[in-house]
Amino acid sequence: MKYQQEFRDPKLAHQWIEAIRETSKQPWKIMEVCGGQTHSLLKHGIDQLLAGSVELIHGPGCPVCVTPIATIDNALAIAQQDNVIFCSFGDMLRVPGSESDLLSLKAQGADIRIVYSPMDALSLAQEHPQREVVFFGVGFETTAPATALTVYQARQLNLANFSLLCAHFRVPPIIDALLDAGDCEIQGFLGAGHVCTVMGYQEYLPLAEQYRTPIVITGFEPVDLLQGIHRTVQQLETKQYSVENQYARVVKPDGNRQARELINTVFTPVDAEWRGLGKVADSGLTLVEEFRPWNAEYRFSVKPAAQRQSMVCRSGEVLKGLIKPPACGEFGVNCTPDHPLGATMVSSEGACAAYYHYRKLPHV
Amino acid sequence: MCLATPGRIVQINKSNDPMNSKGLVNFAGISREISLAYVPEAQVGDYVIVHAGLALSLLDEHEARESLSAIQQLQTK
Ligand code: SF4
Repeated sequence: MKYQQEFRDPKLAHQWIEAIRETSKQPWKIMEVCGGQTHSLLKHGIDQLLAGSVELIHGPGCPVCVTPIATIDNALAIAQQDNVIFCSFGDMLRVPGSESDLLSLKAQGADIRIVYSPMDALSLAQEHPQREVVFFGVGFETTAPATALTVYQARQLNLANFSLLCAHFRVPPIIDALLDAGDCEIQGFLGAGHVCTVMGYQEYLPLAEQYRTPIVITGFEPVDLLQGIHRTVQQLETKQYSVENQYARVVKPDGNRQARELINTVFTPVDAEWRGLGKVADSGLTLVEEFRPWNAEYRFSVKPAAQRQSMVCRSGEVLKGLIKPPACGEFGVNCTPDHPLGATMVSSEGACAAYYHYRKLPHV
Repeated sequence: MCLATPGRIVQINKSNDPMNSKGLVNFAGISREISLAYVPEAQVGDYVIVHAGLALSLLDEHEARESLSAIQQLQTK
């Protein structure tokens, strides 16, 4: 068992497609929350194979896409300061801020480095005690344990030249907000498997009950996605609305206890702004008071300039599942992955970029 | 961004502080040093799911087999 190839078996996938077609009596609207799932669904053409049985609505689960302009502007301001080594995941480099992006600053000589893990930034801080090393921590609950462990270790090591610019988001509050707004008729959800690997799925039980919507915690391979969709359709057809776990080989009901404990030690929930979606109560994470010395926002008191965002970009509607990317007039015309106007075109997990890569022509 | 990849633990370097525990994890032939802080129960030979340099969960073989055979159960119903 390799835990990957087996779940990409085309024959098995087709059996599941058949099963979904047989079960579904109407085109149910199901939102996949996570951008990784959006990418996988589009890559394997699952959305097209299920046309007529299920309509997949792409959710806001791409952290790169929802990090607000103000935070990107802060990142740009810090990265330009003398003596700073600014570290981030590669995806963040092309996200447009008001005036520029990290990649352009890097080309102009700023010391901006791509890291695979926040721990790599910690090592850089140890190797360069005279420099200020800042890690731009972006992500959902999946990534929060890595960031939490890094800040925790920075304190253990008494590393004064390391700090965190934090843009961490929590998934359940945004699902709640989308369902509460009710402007897009989502009938069921595929829950984000790796977010639940960390957090478990207890937080979703009240949401499934309150909004009478099935939530099926789902993995990322084609067979996982199809199984998750099948279970969601089965619930919808039989009028059941509960939380199920398709991804049980990885996700335990309570997630990872050690990881949750460290997240609670280092972070506390705050109201957070989502790019394109606005402010959502308790949907972000910030460092607790005790870890303030490692908070880059305090260390570098940056005052961002007035924010400017492309007026034509409709990524807010894309992120809410109200439109599909080809409905945006700029899609593939003035907005491409090389020249993104909005963050959903930057990350390969953003819906606009996924459509661009796998459905090249606009308006198909 | 929430991508996490399964890999097999080939070596464990325990530390006095469990938060510092690390190991070598092999992904399709390539080994990387990975933090095992969140999977203290892991043994050499176990498969873990890894994200941003950390193992987040042990893979459960029984559950994986159940999931792969679920279609048969559906068809014999
Ligand atoms: S295609 Fe570009 S401009 Fe249009 S919504 Fe997507 S990111 Fe924004």
